[in-house]
Amino acid sequence: MSDSRSPHSWVASHIGALPRSGIRDFFELVNTMEDVVSLGIGEPDFATPWTIREATIYAVDKGHTSYTSNLGLLSLRKAVCEYVAGTFGMDYAPENQCIITVGVSEALDLILRAVLNPGDEVLIHRPCYVSYEPCITMAHATAVGVDTVEETGFALTAEALAARITPKTKALLLNFPNNPTGADLTWEQKEAVAAVAIENDLLVISDEIYTELTYTDASPSIASVSGMAARTILLAGLSKAYAMTGYRVAYACGPEDLIEAMMKIHQYTMLCASSIAQEAAVEALKKGRRDMLDMKREYEQRRNVIVRRLNAMGLPCVLPKGAFYVFPRISDTGLSSQEFAQRLLQEKRVAVVPGTAFGACGEGYVRCSYATAFEEIEVAMGRIGEFLQTVD
Amino acid sequence: MDKPEMREEVLSLLEQNARMPNAEIADRLAVPEQAIADVITEMEADGTIIGYYALVNEQSLDESAVRAIIEVEVQPQRDGGFDPIAQRVSKFSEVRTVHLVSGRYDLRLEVVGSSLHEVASFVASKLAPLEGVKSTVTHFLLKKYKEAGFRLQEDESYERLKITP
Repeated sequence: MSDSRSPHSWVASHIGALPRSGIRDFFELVNTMEDVVSLGIGEPDFATPWTIREATIYAVDKGHTSYTSNLGLLSLRKAVCEYVAGTFGMDYAPENQCIITVGVSEALDLILRAVLNPGDEVLIHRPCYVSYEPCITMAHATAVGVDTVEETGFALTAEALAARITPKTKALLLNFPNNPTGADLTWEQKEAVAAVAIENDLLVISDEIYTELTYTDASPSIASVSGMAARTILLAGLSKAYAMTGYRVAYACGPEDLIEAMMKIHQYTMLCASSIAQEAAVEALKKGRRDMLDMKREYEQRRNVIVRRLNAMGLPCVLPKGAFYVFPRISDTGLSSQEFAQRLLQEKRVAVVPGTAFGACGEGYVRCSYATAFEEIEVAMGRIGEFLQTVD
Repeated sequence: MDKPEMREEVLSLLEQNARMPNAEIADRLAVPEQAIADVITEMEADGTIIGYYALVNEQSLDESAVRAIIEVEVQPQRDGGFDPIAQRVSKFSEVRTVHLVSGRYDLRLEVVGSSLHEVASFVASKLAPLEGVKSTVTHFLLKKYKEAGFRLQEDESYERLKITP
């Protein structure tokens, strides 16, 4: 028996059309190799501070293991709103302007699906985190990239932004401090970007997961620029600053109607974030500050070391203002980002992420994470130095 | 970075690792190496840094010393309070640390000896008879779990993903 029809796929066309991550093969290669020093890890190398882990155990011990309110535990929303006021300079009501999500990843998905209609355009600045464009596509909208460049410290300029606005542009997705460049915006740059958003009636989705890890020129959230609170959704979480990536707990704060719309999707698809993780998050926000600042201080010192070493060996890099990434330019070696990363891995067993993983304009750069033990950074820098000798 | 801040940062690093090279401290803090050398010399001279020692895990040695925490109740003196007796106790080489503490006793000593007998004998013949010492309680140390911020037993290692976006 034969079927003359061509075999069809069950996969939805817009999902089938999503590009396979360009660095997947690279990831798999790394995982098969021994003795690799990895600067490719986008999460803290510290274990979650003990006070937070201990609170997690206590939550389990007490049997606090049931569903929570869809918006999240009120005690956590209160703690978040208090924390957001202090850290981001914004006042939100815990009752209806805050929702607890499963990582910023979920919060981002929720807001995109909550606001986008098919055909809408969302501006993203590149290089950027790998999930933004696929998430926009999955919400049946179109991502429009605005390239940022080394000359302006990978900051987003109002001019570059304005040039990509069309009548279909509905939202702007910001991520400063930035993964992968470590760039941040000054207060004046935030005001300029905000002016463009206001003039063109854009919603701003501000992914500020790295805000606590800002080492220079920290300024309040773009949400606090005059006129922006009503058109900004602030996304942040505990994964990076509190070393809680595996807990999957984050939050979104913004206008009531947007939080309500996000909550609808969240209640039907996720119901609530883990109750245990939510209790741990309360502890982190209330008692974890000293541990967080200790980790931040260590990141800042590693940043100083890695930037100095990379610059000294001829891989120039902008001093990252935040997050835990440095984005050195490797184009002087004559290799592409992909070739550089591949050869460095195979010849010297150091893993870095090719800049092109974060958008085509990342060509000529690689991302090195300094959420890596100091000794490993030293080893990696030594090996990269040796590698450069063999390339020239 | 101003001077008081640099002193604080350098102390914080040396407390974690007193053998950290000046060059590494300088790189971490993004200041010239000479500035680090100067500030350390200054802190050694003004008594902020008293000394450096190795933190030894004695459980890994074939022969280890016997250590005891000794609680000492003291009759303070009209002139000088607890200081004269605390200073006097500090002079014994067997006594490694001396703290004046609040609570039901006054001085908390850590004493080291080569055997239980040696420590017991020190307490009986030197410490307890001192004028002003009202009573002592000796606690021999059995096992050490954490010292000066360092844990002696490591957790099992937990493998992170080698690449994450």
